[in-house]
Amino acid sequence: MPKRLVCLLLLLACNSAWAAAKIENWRTAQGSRVYYVQADGLPMADIQVVFDAGSARDGKQFGVASFTADLLDSGAADLNADDIAKRFESVGAIFSAGASTDLATVSLRSLTDPALFNKALDTLQLILTKPAFSKNDFSREQKRTLAMLKQTEESPGDLAGIAFSNAIYGEHPYAHPTAGVIKTVAALTAKDLKEFYKQHYVAANAMVVIVGNLSKQQAEQTAEKLLAGLPTGQKPDALPDVTMPSKASVQHIEFPSSQTHVLVGLPGSYRKDPDYFPLYVGNHVLGGSGLVSKLFDEVREKRGLAYSASSSFSPLLKQGPFTIGLQTRNDQTQQALEVLNKTLSDYITKGPTPEELTAAKQNIVGGFAMRFDTNKELANYVAMIGFYDLPLDYLDTFQQSIEKVTVAEIVSAFQRRVNPQLLQTVTAGQLKQATTDSAK
Amino acid sequence: MYKQLIGLVLLAVPVLASATVSKVSEHTLRNGFKVLVKEDHRSPVMVSQVWYKVGSSYEPGGITGASHMLEHMMFKGTDKHPAGEFSKIIAANGGDENAFTGQDYTAFFQTMSADKLSVSLELEADRMRYLHLLPEELKKELQVVTEERRMRTDDNPQAKMQEHFMAMAFSNSPYKNPVIGWPADIAAYTVKDLQAWYQRWYAPNNATLVVVGDVKPQEVFDLAQKYFGALKTSDIETLKPQTEVEQLGVRKITVKLPAKLPYLIMGYKVPVLKTADPEWEAYALEVLAGVLDGGSSARLTSGLVRGKQLAVSAGAGYNMTDRLPTLFELQATPNEGKTVHDLETALKAEITKLQKDLVSSDELQRIKAQVLASNVYEKDSNFYQAMQLGMLETVGLGWKKADDYVEKVNQVTAEQIRAVAKKYLIEDHLNIAYLEPQAINNSEKTEKTEKPAAKKGAK
Repeated sequence: MPKRLVCLLLLLACNSAWAAAKIENWRTAQGSRVYYVQADGLPMADIQVVFDAGSARDGKQFGVASFTADLLDSGAADLNADDIAKRFESVGAIFSAGASTDLATVSLRSLTDPALFNKALDTLQLILTKPAFSKNDFSREQKRTLAMLKQTEESPGDLAGIAFSNAIYGEHPYAHPTAGVIKTVAALTAKDLKEFYKQHYVAANAMVVIVGNLSKQQAEQTAEKLLAGLPTGQKPDALPDVTMPSKASVQHIEFPSSQTHVLVGLPGSYRKDPDYFPLYVGNHVLGGSGLVSKLFDEVREKRGLAYSASSSFSPLLKQGPFTIGLQTRNDQTQQALEVLNKTLSDYITKGPTPEELTAAKQNIVGGFAMRFDTNKELANYVAMIGFYDLPLDYLDTFQQSIEKVTVAEIVSAFQRRVNPQLLQTVTAGQLKQATTDSAK
Repeated sequence: MYKQLIGLVLLAVPVLASATVSKVSEHTLRNGFKVLVKEDHRSPVMVSQVWYKVGSSYEPGGITGASHMLEHMMFKGTDKHPAGEFSKIIAANGGDENAFTGQDYTAFFQTMSADKLSVSLELEADRMRYLHLLPEELKKELQVVTEERRMRTDDNPQAKMQEHFMAMAFSNSPYKNPVIGWPADIAAYTVKDLQAWYQRWYAPNNATLVVVGDVKPQEVFDLAQKYFGALKTSDIETLKPQTEVEQLGVRKITVKLPAKLPYLIMGYKVPVLKTADPEWEAYALEVLAGVLDGGSSARLTSGLVRGKQLAVSAGAGYNMTDRLPTLFELQATPNEGKTVHDLETALKAEITKLQKDLVSSDELQRIKAQVLASNVYEKDSNFYQAMQLGMLETVGLGWKKADDYVEKVNQVTAEQIRAVAKKYLIEDHLNIAYLEPQAINNSEKTEKTEKPAAKKGAK
């Protein structure tokens, strides 16, 4: 990472302004976007190949996107899963693939010594362009996925999370869990995965991120080589817009646990949201700043009701969730919910005090360089900038955008975007036992 | 021979590459406070960690979890700074902070812009000797810790099973107790207990400061002297050995809990780097863990998950840097239609194979290649590097062991792996726990009510 100092006029403390990484950007011959940052400090590289192929693209086959990404390294060309694993691990490379709501990410971390790097890269290229999706591999991994889905049913936190997404998104493709549900995963076939791969893992829908000790020329060759075997194809259609829930709801899942997991929220913010920075800074004060947020203070520091209490906006292509969460002893659930709702509604009404806003800005701006002080974190930021088509100077202007936020903007954004009358509430825990206990 | 040659060439590269990476600088203040600094100038940030030689394995019966409880209380104010102010000052200076407790250590950390090091050191020095332990703060924080225990252990079938497994496996070693403490002990902590614990262990001569990042060693030493130099020492009593008695036969336990999937844990009593004699035995066990679970090509995933399809997942683990003799653990979740007993048989067969046959040179090279690569990847994270130094120092191995690691792993031979498998992975020293899932009687139904909008008005 080149280290240069830049003085941004709007910053209060311009001496500490830290120039973010220099991101270079181009397209491969087939039109895939490439984002590259040279980082020469260590003899290694992080590569991510990203597709618009997350669970939002599942259609009715919940889980197909995630399963497709998971199965990629089970066989490719004439290599089986053991061959692939040995090829990566014999050069110390680390491969992973998986899907999130918006995207599928195939990533590789490798040493950059040419002999090691090239072997890892060749293998990655085969996986990306010639995955086998054999019936044997498919049925084995299907059983494992089903077992994993079954296991989520022993976790009240997982169950609450699944119900919460359903509650806030209704029919929208963001509603279902990324891994799918037992019924839909059980109905999938190897052919479904092949189809999904064919349609989504194409050059027009691909993006490459390269961060590491590679020259620009090496980065260009790497990106070309990785994707050369993919057909051009096309990008999928835009996702449907998220519609807000029509009214508030409260849902309880009875579960024999000692704690009740509480989730409250609604569809929140998207990546290119004009309200993004006011919501982000505003949430930092409310519940986003670890040990010093309002929610943490009210729920944990003042009352000892929970170990963790926090809130977050998770911006996606469309409105990602705004979530407030905590876990508390079953018989304290009502009290904790009241504290949570009161803290939120007071905040929507009044917003932060000027002192709170200043403290939040100091924390975010002062900690800016720590957001991407490892190659891994930097690669994730670059992937986000690329995938969501944010300006290349996003990191350079980030501190400025934070400094500009005012109390009035936060109040306005929260009042428009977090309507308490539309909040979805999910609890998972032991309501019945709680009632008996508190009656004692 | 040819393969070996490839291996050597392959291994040489990262070693040379990492030779350019900065070394650790060490300095000890007159009051015994040790300071370790590792420079990394890639980014203008640093992590600062204060490690105390105290953790759950130091605790006598009745106050298990006291180290962890005290870790929480360390945020509750001093003469100079009232409760909560520590965190506010760190946050206002752009920092991130937290703390963690293990069997053998308690550590506090801040990650901040490198020019803010003095902010974190001043605060850490203050709470090392001037903590206020107030009854009303303890009362609230006890509830918080109880909630933490519920979340991490009580409502997590595999974690709860692990807790029962450890309690069975160890007879008199303090590793039998959970880091967070037994519920009855947590409920009964008093201010007096914690005050005594604090006085006994929180002193400069029982602590190590580790700073990794965009800093200069001499500047860190000077700041350490400025803030910690005047702190008084404590008489740190030598810990009683509590050496685990020899196990005289296999031990088994069944744990019945509301859960959906069965689960199996097996653990053999083994030495650690600190106790292994000769020392290579610990490195051989480390490589043996890699043979079983060093990636997707390793034997458990390749053989049991993919090959025989007995397991949904299977893993092996060994913490060679524990302070006391530990367990070499194997865990697995059976596939549909298979049982924990099928898995037990299969895992034992893997152990038998390690005792009979030499590991192939291909496998060995693969593990060593991964270790060498990890050694480079780890340097991407200041936090990880600081963790490594702090932990080694705190368990009494000394931070220099970090520099030996790659070389010592490289020296491990197939014969040594077979030897430790024969010597330590034996039935009489084996412990097994089976998770027997009980029905989750929630009738799977959820109740949903549409809430009248008016009730939830913000105004």
